[in-house]
Amino acid sequence: MKTLFVLLGRELRGLIYSPIAAVVFCLFLALTGLNFYLILTAFTRSQTPITLVEAFFNTTIFWYSFLAIFPLLTMRLYAEEFRQGTFELLQTAPVRDWQIVAAKFLGAYLFAVALWVPTLLYFAIYAWITREQAAPALGAYLGSYLLVALMIAFFVSIGCFASALTRNQIVAAIVSYVLIAFFFYIGLLGFTMVNLSPALRELVNYFSSAEHMYEFNRGLLNTRPVVFYLSLALLLQFLTHTVLQARRWRR
Amino acid sequence: MIEVEHLTKRYAGQTAVNDLSFTVGRGEIVGFLGPNGAGKTTTMRILACFLPATTGTARVAGFDVFSQSLEVRRRLGYMPESTPLYAEMRVGEFLRYRAALRGLDSARARRRLGEVLELCSLREVERKIIGHLSKGYRQRVGLADALLHEPELLILDEPTIGLDPEQIRQVRDLIRALGEKHTVLLSTHILPEVEAACSRVIIVNRGRIAAQGTPAELVRQSRAANEIRVEAQVGADEGLAALRGVSGVTGVRVSGANGDWNVFLVEPAVESDPRAGIHQLASAQGWSLRELSRRTPSLEEVFVRIIHSDSGEGVVR
Repeated sequence: MKTLFVLLGRELRGLIYSPIAAVVFCLFLALTGLNFYLILTAFTRSQTPITLVEAFFNTTIFWYSFLAIFPLLTMRLYAEEFRQGTFELLQTAPVRDWQIVAAKFLGAYLFAVALWVPTLLYFAIYAWITREQAAPALGAYLGSYLLVALMIAFFVSIGCFASALTRNQIVAAIVSYVLIAFFFYIGLLGFTMVNLSPALRELVNYFSSAEHMYEFNRGLLNTRPVVFYLSLALLLQFLTHTVLQARRWRR
Repeated sequence: MIEVEHLTKRYAGQTAVNDLSFTVGRGEIVGFLGPNGAGKTTTMRILACFLPATTGTARVAGFDVFSQSLEVRRRLGYMPESTPLYAEMRVGEFLRYRAALRGLDSARARRRLGEVLELCSLREVERKIIGHLSKGYRQRVGLADALLHEPELLILDEPTIGLDPEQIRQVRDLIRALGEKHTVLLSTHILPEVEAACSRVIIVNRGRIAAQGTPAELVRQSRAANEIRVEAQVGADEGLAALRGVSGVTGVRVSGANGDWNVFLVEPAVESDPRAGIHQLASAQGWSLRELSRRTPSLEEVFVRIIHSDSGEGVVR
């Protein structure tokens, strides 16, 4: 356990000191800020049946800024250590492979979650100025942020896995971007294809991040997506671990 | 300290280490020599638990490197080839991290940090960023890292590659000093370094042991390298025939002539010295003799000959 914290500390420091982290942080805040501003502008112009929280988590800007950070955040996790050779230092220290996997995941996860903390301010400021809530009940905030936290676990895991496959960061970023985009667009089929059979639509919606978001935005805590994202994240971490062990044999 | 038995490592399509067996006793400083691609790094990586062997076993301090790898890694200080380090970290920060990773408590980590900084002359760069350091300093940071937890065994892969002669001397002195407390296995290309620092040498070629022993033993055992040079005023054919009859001589050839003087190169049997016999022959036959000398070869020549004869490249051992 202590070893895990030592590894995690180094991961977090590595992330915070890397220039990529600063770029990701600024980019993300700028995009979410823009998103919030545009929604407010639209709301003041016309009446809408949806709440501010629902709108915030469902725009194109939200999805692009949300999904684009993962490849950037995770591409260097393993690939850089492979290229620099420092992974040899790690694997010859008294550290188990699963501790490395867990530390790398947790580091990236905590950083990605931390990106979202400032967005709470948007809603706080909104409530302070307008003396109105952005959502009808606390459950809407809770649901939205819970789902974001779950999806981060899944998307970060895709990035970890992609990074463990290669020593080239660019390749890692492209692989994770393709996997994430593939997954996300499959989920969008339910919205874009009109003549989908009901059974297929249900299946697609089961995968659909956008559909999950729509439920959770209204404070509807469905356990299916919870299990879905957590089990997929776990599976990907297991695969990452397997890749690391396979690397030992293949070399 | 190290017991390697029938170790074999195959990569896709090639055998890097082939049925290797050797032991290293506690307190020895063993030099691991061999041309590029001989299997040195592979063997060291297996011992450091970084690679699994295809077949065979290796034990460090009694623990199997495969099934008890964590126990081995606790007792081992390993410096990989070309010393990979986190370029963005500061020297002190990196060493504190590595100490914590090895489970040193904070008091011991602080004490050891001071000691290794002193030992490796890194005091003045403690706050510098590793990526900004020269190769020599980085090499020493790697060495300091391997020493932090006072390991029983040090495995150093090419610890002096890329250093200038003064730095090589410093590292060599350091390794010799370390040998008083630790067991050391180091690989290198630089032979004078081995002669200066190592108590024993293992020469590997094509994944197998080509020779082993103390540097002095290897030199003594190498017949061809112990050639005796005889320059006498005698006909070539007559000289050859007579010299072949001297006891302890296994081969003679003529290497040149100066007028009626001929130069013969005499190859002695292992650990024999036929110089006295040659002198007696010359005085009995009435030859004038103006050179009778034995060259003690450097380890480097011995190494080259061993590798060549082992590789079947036509040089007689």
